[in-house]
Amino acid sequence: MGLASFQPVIGLEVHAQLLTQSKIFCSCSTRFGAEPNAHTCPVCLGMPGVLPVLNAQVVEFAVRAGVALGCRINARSIWSRKNYFYPDLPKGYQISQYDQPLCEHGSLTIDVDGTERRVGIRRIHLEEDAGKNIHDAGGGESLVDLNRAGVPLVEIVSEPDLRSSAEASEYLKALRDLLVYLEVNDGNLEEGSFRCDANVSVMRKGSTELGTRAELKNINSFRFVQKAIDHEIVRQVEILESGGKVIQETRLWDPDRGETRSMRSKEEAHDYRYFPEPDLPPLVVPAGLEERVRASLPELPRDKLVRFQLEYGLPAYDARILVADRSLASFFEAVWKHYGGSAKKLANWFTGELQRLLKEEGASVGALRFSAGQLAALLKLVDGGEISGNAGKEVFAEMFRTGQDPAAIVAERGLGLEKDAGAVEAAVDAVLAANAAEVEKYRAGKKQVLGFLVGQVMKAMKGKGNPAQVNAVLKSRLGD
Amino acid sequence: MELTDLTLLELSRKLAAREASSVEAVRGSLARIERLDARVKAFLLVDEVGALAAANASDARRKAGAPLGPLDGVPVALKDLFCTAGLATTAGSRILEGFVPPFDATAVRLLREAGLPILGKTNMDEFAMGSSTENSGFFPSRNPWDLSRSPGGSSGGSAAAVAARMAFGALGTDTGGSIRQPAALTGTVGLKPTYGRVSRYGVVAFASSLDQVGPFARTVSDVAALLRILAGHDPCDSTSSTRPAPDYLASVEQDVKGLRLGMPREYFELEGLDAEVRAAVDGACRAFETLGAKLVPLSLPHTKYALATYYLVAPAEASSNLARYDGVRYGLRVPARGLREMYAQTRDRGFGPEVKRRILLGTYALSAGYYDAYYLKAQKVRTLIRRDFDAAWDKVDVIVSPTSPAPAFRLGEKVDDPLAMYANDVFTLPCNLAGLPGMSLPCGFARSGLPIGLQILGKHFDEATVLRVGRAFERAHDFVRAPPLGEA
Amino acid sequence: MKLSREQVRHVATLAHLALTEEEEVKVQQQLSAILEAMETLRELDTAEVEPTSHAVSDVGGWRDDVAKPSLPPEKALQNAPARVGTSFAVPRILE
Repeated sequence: MGLASFQPVIGLEVHAQLLTQSKIFCSCSTRFGAEPNAHTCPVCLGMPGVLPVLNAQVVEFAVRAGVALGCRINARSIWSRKNYFYPDLPKGYQISQYDQPLCEHGSLTIDVDGTERRVGIRRIHLEEDAGKNIHDAGGGESLVDLNRAGVPLVEIVSEPDLRSSAEASEYLKALRDLLVYLEVNDGNLEEGSFRCDANVSVMRKGSTELGTRAELKNINSFRFVQKAIDHEIVRQVEILESGGKVIQETRLWDPDRGETRSMRSKEEAHDYRYFPEPDLPPLVVPAGLEERVRASLPELPRDKLVRFQLEYGLPAYDARILVADRSLASFFEAVWKHYGGSAKKLANWFTGELQRLLKEEGASVGALRFSAGQLAALLKLVDGGEISGNAGKEVFAEMFRTGQDPAAIVAERGLGLEKDAGAVEAAVDAVLAANAAEVEKYRAGKKQVLGFLVGQVMKAMKGKGNPAQVNAVLKSRLGD
Repeated sequence: MELTDLTLLELSRKLAAREASSVEAVRGSLARIERLDARVKAFLLVDEVGALAAANASDARRKAGAPLGPLDGVPVALKDLFCTAGLATTAGSRILEGFVPPFDATAVRLLREAGLPILGKTNMDEFAMGSSTENSGFFPSRNPWDLSRSPGGSSGGSAAAVAARMAFGALGTDTGGSIRQPAALTGTVGLKPTYGRVSRYGVVAFASSLDQVGPFARTVSDVAALLRILAGHDPCDSTSSTRPAPDYLASVEQDVKGLRLGMPREYFELEGLDAEVRAAVDGACRAFETLGAKLVPLSLPHTKYALATYYLVAPAEASSNLARYDGVRYGLRVPARGLREMYAQTRDRGFGPEVKRRILLGTYALSAGYYDAYYLKAQKVRTLIRRDFDAAWDKVDVIVSPTSPAPAFRLGEKVDDPLAMYANDVFTLPCNLAGLPGMSLPCGFARSGLPIGLQILGKHFDEATVLRVGRAFERAHDFVRAPPLGEA
Repeated sequence: MKLSREQVRHVATLAHLALTEEEEVKVQQQLSAILEAMETLRELDTAEVEPTSHAVSDVGGWRDDVAKPSLPPEKALQNAPARVGTSFAVPRILE
């Protein structure tokens, strides 16, 4: 028995905040971080008599996500009220979409351990976010902040096609990257603008009957996705193996304890009394919107990943890093156009020095002080032996900081290597003459002496020797 | 003759001619309120300071030759269902006692922008649920024609205020007859526009797909003048129509020669229709014939299902609309140790029995296992009711009927029997379910002296014809009378 | 009776209404009578009929995505029964 005889079945529900300026049904700002209730109005406060008015941008963003995920966009969909009581839900109902959502039947292809898996997307619908209910540590009170109430969300529901926590994690990353690429979401799990709930069940391998599922909530980092799901799988298998039954319930992931805990089962939570929202007419997608969105879609992450490997011959590891950030990938291609050299060498600069400096400064590719042309020029200097590799890194750091031309920095700091062959030969001859003993050792077979001799030449040339050139001349003088 | 004896339009002409001032008109109304409202109890709140300030501003504008419009300076009252910025708004309920909205309803804003001073907020059945004002969380209003009787509801306070000449006009709302029925019972004119004709923004919601804002006044032309200010698209209300609104006053004097008036059999043959009401309405129909209109017998076969349909749809929507009254952000809160206890105690103490009844009924109708049989079924029958009307418009231009099955009933008479109370609305409900415009105007008096109302229903967005038909009747038979309140 | 006491209690819980025993009995009677009256709707064949969710067509449009000034927090909280700073304060859920 044990884990191996069970098959996990996982479906993921993602709630992603749309990057609009204003809320879905009122004009309050969606900006994060204001003092409590600074971004509220009678509408999102749920005052008596208020009515919702739809933000047009929300529809465009949702259609963009739907098209990118290969969904059918329903020309007409219905708003519904989901009724329940909670302090962070000002109207006592959430405006959402129930039985006629905006998008249906799409998919997202992911790579897991080199295998391609197609994960079905059951539906995408629009809804409004609730506010925040913070349990005051001190008194017996909760504090309610409705700034977030009314922020637009898309809910993306996958089919239960995922078969392991690794797949679930891959799916989540791929979905997040896609939404960030589309510029409809900022992909921030920690801040809560991208939230994930997992529906997990297990079934005995070979069986056709699905197990009872539990819903996991509060998975707020990619690290925890796999942990929480794995933990839940083990928990369910243990129950079943000991002859018990898995209860359909909601469980909260507790990152401190590394376990899931049952949330008090709310009777009422099962009866939301959905009915069509009378204050909003059916959502009719304007003629031509779907076509326009389709035509203006950027190259999607997965397509770019495949293309970078084929077109540039880059290994998957490098390609992944480059593709993870749409502007980084764009910049890579821009530099390459000017450079035209080894794509792998260029990629190394990106995955190495550039990433390091971006991280150190907390900067973004969008705000670089140097141009694609400048970086290309720097690389050509190194390739052409004008400066050493180390000098190149130094020049890059300066260019990153100030945006100065690489050639100017090289000149200013005297980093140019000696190109005159005569000068190199002269230095080599001088060193050989001064180190006759080492020359003897080398000729006697101690080849490692070469390193010492190279060092001496470099010292004599005050670091302006091109190591490759110095090496070559030394060897020829030594008769190799 | 007092200023307050003038109709809304008569006053507006006097103001335009600078023969009277808005301050005088407001003072006159306030004086009458002071004298009579202790007995009539139409008002929950009188805003003397605000009304006089608005009146002064109006007079200044007229002096400068720059009135905001024809009704600049004419004082009106508002049902307490309309949110008024800085002025308490209760919806007739203790659960909103002390609530002061930070915004005006669109309809209120439109009146203010047209220069009308607001005298105060009138009494109503709590959350518009009722037909008598006996469900008000505060006190019942009285019918100026007989103070032991109800003025109708839920907009009873507004109707009584206009009937007793405490205001030149008033706003109400109509979800199942709440403007038309009180108008009939108080001998005033009340109009419910087509659903979507007037913005619902800032009007405390009862049943979202049925609620409509409408005017009360003493004459049909007065009502047309008020509707002209209120009608139009509001970007704050996604259910408000973009259809342009015509000038209702411009067409109101046209004759009715050749117009076809439908008389629905199911309305006229109702068991329990008071004989005097029937006689008065029959008389009105004959009068129309004299005016050149044609009477056409009609059948609206699904009429008998309207009551059941309404009492499933409206409470269902209401149960959801009233969920926001939870003691968290405004209104009453009963202190409790835990959240759920706070919710339950607040709502139990804050809501009256009829509201609770409807919330429970509505919650049940929407709940799992019952949604299809109740709410969904009712919404489908609603379509059938609407189709009856759609078919009728091939044969007729308007539909006439009694507004209410009987004249004003005594306070206390129906309060313990919800079904009996609901039966008051049989003639008015179908119109709301179909979204049509409807108006009630006085067409006679019972031997007891109580007013009787005639209802005119029209096609979607055809308020103009409804008004025109009403005005034609009014021109020929003036039933605008003053109730015998005495000048105590 | 169309509604049992149990059902009345369940619905009251969903609606967060605390009914006394007396109220429960009365509500049970009244609602049952009302629901009984609603039974007439069963007579009608509505299999092919669309429900009327929205009474009117040519209605208004959507908003442009422009953030506009909100209510100052003081105004948002003006009617608050209890507050801490600019947050609404509510009792916690007792488990």
